[in-house]
Amino acid sequence: MRIAIRELVRRPGRFAVAGGAVTVLVLLLLFLGALLDGLFLGSSGAIRINDADVFVFSDDARDSFLRSKVDGELAADVQSVEGVESVSGLGLTLLGVGIPGEDEIANGAIIGYERGAGDLPQPPLPGQAYADRRLQDLGAGVGDVVLVGPLEVPLEIVGWVTDSNYLLQAGIWVEPTTWRRVQNTNRPDAPVGDDQFQVLVVELEAGAQAATAISDIDTVTSTTVSLTSNDTVFAIPGIREQNRTFSTVIGVTLFVVGLVVALFFALLTLERAGLYAVLKAVGASNRTLVAGVVVQAIVVAFGAFVIGGVLTWGLSLMIPPSVPVEFLASRALFVLFGVVITATVGGLVSLRRIVAIDPASAIG
Amino acid sequence: MSALQLSDVRKVYRSGDQDIAALDHATLDVGDDEIVALVGPSGSGKTTLLSIAGGLLRPTSGSVVVAGHDISGYEDKKLTAFRGSEVGFVFQSVNLVPFLTARENLLVVAEMTGKPKGPARSRADQLLEELGLGGRSRNLPDQLSGGERQRVAIGRALMNEPGLALFDEPTSALDTEMGEQVMTLIRTEVKERGVAAVVVTHDTRMTHFADRKVEITDGRLAASGG
Repeated sequence: MRIAIRELVRRPGRFAVAGGAVTVLVLLLLFLGALLDGLFLGSSGAIRINDADVFVFSDDARDSFLRSKVDGELAADVQSVEGVESVSGLGLTLLGVGIPGEDEIANGAIIGYERGAGDLPQPPLPGQAYADRRLQDLGAGVGDVVLVGPLEVPLEIVGWVTDSNYLLQAGIWVEPTTWRRVQNTNRPDAPVGDDQFQVLVVELEAGAQAATAISDIDTVTSTTVSLTSNDTVFAIPGIREQNRTFSTVIGVTLFVVGLVVALFFALLTLERAGLYAVLKAVGASNRTLVAGVVVQAIVVAFGAFVIGGVLTWGLSLMIPPSVPVEFLASRALFVLFGVVITATVGGLVSLRRIVAIDPASAIG
Repeated sequence: MSALQLSDVRKVYRSGDQDIAALDHATLDVGDDEIVALVGPSGSGKTTLLSIAGGLLRPTSGSVVVAGHDISGYEDKKLTAFRGSEVGFVFQSVNLVPFLTARENLLVVAEMTGKPKGPARSRADQLLEELGLGGRSRNLPDQLSGGERQRVAIGRALMNEPGLALFDEPTSALDTEMGEQVMTLIRTEVKERGVAAVVVTHDTRMTHFADRKVEITDGRLAASGG
């Protein structure tokens, strides 16, 4: 094992090709991961921030917020279901937002809500809004009056929330009557009634099963389709496909990491055949030699991760705020483990070759 | 007890339809602290005999007893352990690990066989001192002369305190003067330690360093003398 480390320390150039290639792949993995997380979080924040267990859609909505419309009176029926802790309404409208002093119209998701949860404060006064910090990045400030939609409904920003966007559009959180005014003013083709919402947000009692509650809710109302919070996120148009696409690319990239390491160490093993024969002749076991290769593969992978991480951090400083990237520690750990595990497997590919080396060739 | 006993050893290779005997009914007894020079032309079976004696090859038939262990039927794993503890090798092309210092090249034997570090370090330092390499212990092989490299290889062969040391053409890459120095050193080191040695050589000028000369031709051990 120490011999393998000494080779790495004294002949780092020997591993530069593999290390360089894996570093580039780590860079790619971290950026792909950051993009995936940025897209996912940026699309689903408005759902996740509710801290809800179940979302209740109208049965003709096909799980879409924009197609769904539920009457407020349904809330009482849902509330009557065993295990339901609280029920509140939520409505969502996608519109352009004019920010004072900015020429460009920002994309906004105007969300009417009844209940604060977690980082989401209780609803503000009519005509006021809590805006996602994304809107701050686009030039808005507290006290600004933004103009929403083509008919420019004014909303005063009174505070910020984070990670509350919908489909990458800045979340603008208002109380229900303000939302209905925004919707009915700008979207007369899809009006909402005085007590209507698009979905009902349900919080369950501790220990209550979501599946049971969903079944009971839809039975009691007979006009709704309910989804868990997670299913609601994945019902957002394109989210599932987006996740699958990125996950596939990330998986293929990890496979390439393993391939690069496997090829590199297979070639290195060929080159070292004479050395391995000598070491076997003086008593080295196959296990010791293979362990040395695996240790080198792991160190190369770890080194590549560190260098790739530093490069990613440097490059991330140059990414414009409009690109939805999120660098998460959990993603970095995933990449680290992924790269180390595939490199280990790649290193193990040399096992057969090492076992086949005849110690007698040291003397021949 | 003999350090090495080969009894009626045969090593046969199959080539097409033919069996070729690289070693043919070889019988050899090497006593403790005896140095045997094994001489013969290329292809005579010297290396095959050395490889069988050192547990690098298994004989087709016959028995091989080293330091009281009959290794003829050992499996790979057991042979590996045997090589790490009972025999020392000096290879024709020296074959030091290029990125390890002289001292580390000795310690690698202990490392590969899982021996304790402390005693191994002391032994490596002692061996290097005795071999005249005390001041070169931190040098890499490419910073050493041919003779120094050969001395490091001798130190490596003696590192695990073997009962039998096997030398494959140890002077072939050296001039006569250096060759004689190396042979003198081999004789001194093995005699001082009571180690038996088999030295394969085609250089008859070096055979007088041995206690006994054994000739091999076409896989057959022919004659022996002092």
